[in-house]
Formats: sequence, structure tokens, C-alpha cells
Amino acid sequence: MSNITAELAIEKLNNQFGDQIVSSEMLYDFLTVTVAKKSVKDVIQFLHDDAELNCHFLTTCCGLHYPDQSEQFGMMYQLHNMVANYRIRIKSFTADAEPVFDTITDIWPSANWMEREAFDFFGFRFLGHPKMKRILNMDSLEGWPLRKEFPLEDPFRADKDDKMFGR
Amino acid sequence: MSQKVEKLEGFEGPGFLATSLDKAVGLARKNSLWPLPFATSCCGIEFMATMASTYDLGRFGAERLSFSPRQADLLMVMGTISKKMGPVLRQVYEQMAEPKWVLAVGACATTGGIFDTYSVLQGIDRIIPVDVYIPGCPPRPEQILDGVLKIQELVQNESRRRRESPEYLELLASYGIE
Repeated sequence: MSNITAELAIEKLNNQFGDQIVSSEMLYDFLTVTVAKKSVKDVIQFLHDDAELNCHFLTTCCGLHYPDQSEQFGMMYQLHNMVANYRIRIKSFTADAEPVFDTITDIWPSANWMEREAFDFFGFRFLGHPKMKRILNMDSLEGWPLRKEFPLEDPFRADKDDKMFGR
Repeated sequence: MSQKVEKLEGFEGPGFLATSLDKAVGLARKNSLWPLPFATSCCGIEFMATMASTYDLGRFGAERLSFSPRQADLLMVMGTISKKMGPVLRQVYEQMAEPKWVLAVGACATTGGIFDTYSVLQGIDRIIPVDVYIPGCPPRPEQILDGVLKIQELVQNESRRRRESPEYLELLASYGIE
């Protein structure tokens, strides 16, 4: 049923964006394309508009943090062509400690809460987002919980005294 | 198994009983608690069993659940309270009329339980005063009944003046509640 192949998608993206496509790989039959940050929205818009690729559905998007990479922060988008049942994943990384991405809420309104979640947990800002505030955590929380350096355990817990465990 | 209301101490004659107001009010309050279930997770499921026919909290005069804090006597907090939920729980507590009691059901409400994390309140006693804690993850319905009986003991023996006492006002003030 699916007559879109990874080769076709890569070829189209390379023709359109050339050196903006950093790399591409197949992860479990899932084409994953890494794109330069400044072009990520253009790439997504292209995939959305292109009549053949027709990625009309945004499955999900979220933030990424790989502390060992030089470009440690990134965004990941999963797109879906439901007509041909073809999926594609777009990643984009940046070395900026306070990353600012272009919002894709004008392409898919459903990106609204996902981008707010990325802001809430990673501190990424999205230019043009209609309501850039925390969505799941309490407003008074300081820091970005899903950045790897964030201490996950609650520091005020009384029963974690070592002497309770004979240490 | 049905519970009998025990006879009050006092001066007794044919057709009358003279006793202190404290004791009469305590007995009435004890056997007519209106619980407000604040159920956020699995302890709430155990509470459903506690209310249902096998365990039947109604045997203790507490079958009338109040889903409005204004009319409730007993706040039963059952489940994980996230820090974002904290102010809501506190507002519910503040809206309850005196006298009011709080029962923390299960490990999460008591200490945060297994959720030792930045987003979860490490025990509801960080934001509101608690009268009785029930351990367990989740506690069995028998344990919840035992906790309610402990609350009943407190209710029966509470002095009529306790809620105006400086100790009580100081306790509320330590939580920032007027």
C-alpha cells in the first residue's frame, strides 16, 4: 500500500534543501532525518505541503537532551502520511543553552500543548507560540526537570536520612 | 457485625439521663461523620470497596459522603498529591467548616510514598494538619476502617473548646491558615 520509500523521501529532501539535511538513517524501518536548526520549520512545511509525501498529520513532537553531544539540545517531530501510511521523523539539534525554535502551531494547532510541554520540561522557547507557559508542572517550579542535570528526587524528604538505613 | 452506640456516663433514672454537653455532642458527632473523599489514585479504589457492601463504612454512621467541603466533617485524602494539586487541596481544607478532621490514607498522602520526585508533595502534612495517618500502598479496606475508628475516637473525646484554644490556632497559624 505504501509506495513512498525512504529513498524517495531522502531524494526529495536533498533536492529541496541540500546541505541543510545533516544526516539521515533508518531506525527500525523509520526514516529519521536530522536537519539544521534554522531550516527545520521549512522542512516540516515542505513535508506537509508536498503532494506526494503529504505528511498531513503530526503524531508527536518533544524536546531532547543529550548532555554528551556538543549540540546537546534538540527537538524531534514525528509526521505521518495516513493515506500511504508512511511515517517520517525529523530531528534538529542546537548548542544553544537557551534554545529558541520556530513554532509549528500555525501548521498544526495540535502542536500547541506539545511545544508547551517542551518548554515546561526543557526550557525551549517557541517563536510565535500563542501561550508560552508551563503546562504540566506547577508555575512556581524553578528549573527544567527533563534536562539531565536537574535533581529528580525531592530534597526535603525526611525519611531519606542515612541513619534510618544503618549507613 | 453491627456497632452499638455505647451508653454515656452520667446520672441516670427512669426515662432520663443527665450528662455533660461535651459527651452528648461528642457521641452525636462521632456517629454522624460526613466524609469528603479526596481520591486521586489507587487508595481511592480501596475507599470504594470500603464504602461498598462488604466493608460498608455506613455501619459507622459515615455513609453520607459530602462532595462539597462546606458540609463535610472529615477530609479523607486518598492518593498521590502533586505539588500542583497542593493549593487545591489546601483550598478544599480551608472551605470546610469547623470542627473538621483530616485522614491521610496511604503512603502517598502520608509521605509521598514511592514518588520521591520533584513534582509530588512529600506528605500532605506539609500543607494541612493531619489527624490520623493510615499506612499501606494501598491500605486494605480494614485499615481504612481502622483509621476512621481512630478519627471517631478523636471526635468523641474532643473538648467543645478545642477549636478556640490557643494551641489549635497556633497549629493553624503554623500552616499559614487563619
